[in-house]
Amino acid sequence: MPLISTQAVSTPPDLKSTGAPALTVRNLSVSFGGNQVIKHASLDIAARAVTAIIGPSGCGKSTFLRALNRMHELNPEAHVTGEIRLFGQDLYSRSIEPVIVRRRIGMVFQKSNPFPTMSIADNVTVGLRLNGVRARKVLAERTEQTLRMAALWDEVKDRLHAPAISLSGGQQQRLCIARALAVEPEVLLMDEPASALDPLATAKIEDLIVQLRKDYTIVIVTHNMQQAARASDFTAFFYLGELIEFGPTAKVFTHPSQKRTEDYVTGRFG
Amino acid sequence: MTVSNHRWRNFKNAVIQAATFACAVLVVTPLVLVFYHLVTQGFTSINWAFFTQLPRPEGEAGGGMANAIVGTFLLLGQAALFGVPVGVLGGIYLSEYGGPHLNWWIRFAADILNGVPSIIWGIVVFALLVVHNVSLFGHVLIPRGFSAIAGGLVLGLMMIPLVMRTTEEVLQLVPGGYREAALALGIAKWKTIAQIVVRTALKGIVTGVLLALARVAGETAPLLFTAFGNLGWAHKLTEPIAAMPLQIFIYAIGPYDDQHRQAWAGAFVLLVLVLAINIGVRFLTRDRFARRS
Repeated sequence: MPLISTQAVSTPPDLKSTGAPALTVRNLSVSFGGNQVIKHASLDIAARAVTAIIGPSGCGKSTFLRALNRMHELNPEAHVTGEIRLFGQDLYSRSIEPVIVRRRIGMVFQKSNPFPTMSIADNVTVGLRLNGVRARKVLAERTEQTLRMAALWDEVKDRLHAPAISLSGGQQQRLCIARALAVEPEVLLMDEPASALDPLATAKIEDLIVQLRKDYTIVIVTHNMQQAARASDFTAFFYLGELIEFGPTAKVFTHPSQKRTEDYVTGRFG
Repeated sequence: MTVSNHRWRNFKNAVIQAATFACAVLVVTPLVLVFYHLVTQGFTSINWAFFTQLPRPEGEAGGGMANAIVGTFLLLGQAALFGVPVGVLGGIYLSEYGGPHLNWWIRFAADILNGVPSIIWGIVVFALLVVHNVSLFGHVLIPRGFSAIAGGLVLGLMMIPLVMRTTEEVLQLVPGGYREAALALGIAKWKTIAQIVVRTALKGIVTGVLLALARVAGETAPLLFTAFGNLGWAHKLTEPIAAMPLQIFIYAIGPYDDQHRQAWAGAFVLLVLVLAINIGVRFLTRDRFARRS
């Protein structure tokens, strides 16, 4: 039972277990002031699996990801067409508010961004508190639970009330993951979550992704080929705004069906 | 290139550098002069009576400025009450909601208002509040005449554009990543602004408010025909009220030495007040930048 209401749209649990896709994307196009960045992309994102989005810089990876939780609406220049459904429900329907979409589809950004005025614990619970959850016991439980999920609990349990910005970069990023998980999203979007981190912190984030995939649908944008190969189940390759290839990660990396995919994953360009 | 040519260029460079340095020093000179005069003339005239007693009748020695000191704080309090909510909310609109075209016009208007001579603000409030009654549904809210409310309002109006622009500027310094992070958590936009963006920039906003207060604390011209001044206590906000700049003005042009001493003392206290605000602001901003990584 989610702590905060997402209106009468909670997921029918059987859908997840029957292997139906979490997100179905059909004919998605995104443009910014006449410049088309994503061109007619269609794909199904599997539930409880990790889908990696790869491609050279400027190919529209992040743009695609941000279309999934309607983050483009912050930019008046952005124009999104096509259809995205979360467990069958149209996310761009007029009757559904972007705030509700973003509660169901959480996001972790490239640059860790814990709120500087808040403590570690307050950062974790901010999404709940600002959505009306007040009970201290619930908040404390949720703090521990999500910090454990983010593999950060043991490092911060003795200083939960220290400022969040006193943490190291890698810890801050795991804190941001805990913060995103605390509102109990169904899908977690990650926009190059480890690109600003050192190899050790990156490895921790990757371990975490593998752990979280048991319970969450994860979509991760990465420009790190090894990361996609290690941590994902499915891989989508974008090039110049087009979805070139999409399939199980092992196949995309070893037997790609498209020449451009092969050139990219073998490092011939990008 | 000859050696003499090289020397000539070095010489020119030295002259220009000396000239710019001299001008930079000139900026500091008035401050030193002001301080020297105020400390030698003003500080020596300060005594306990200055803070605790009312002005004496003209020609009589002694007395103080207690009513003017309290009056200045009352006027500043009212100014903050009128000016801060409008200024801060306006700044939030500019930074977080407004579109580029409307914002351009609002900024333009605010910048013009920041340059409007303070006496013109005084005339406007004089015309609005002083020369006729302010009524609502036939009930007189503020009777005509000079009043503390008129004085507070004029200072508050002057604060609005100042506070609005500084609020907008410090909100723009809050990295967009925090707004995105909050919205991605499914937090509504107004809550994101109130709880995340404004909280992050709070010290900067307070700084802007304090600087605006310091700026209007010494205003004299607009108070001449709004607050008017008062040699005793104002018992209601609808009565004329004393303020330090007004009292300084009256005493400075008065004929008696004791009045001049009081004027110096008042000027000194007023400067210390403004200086204290500025130092407080430095303290706040230093902490703010230290927290930025």
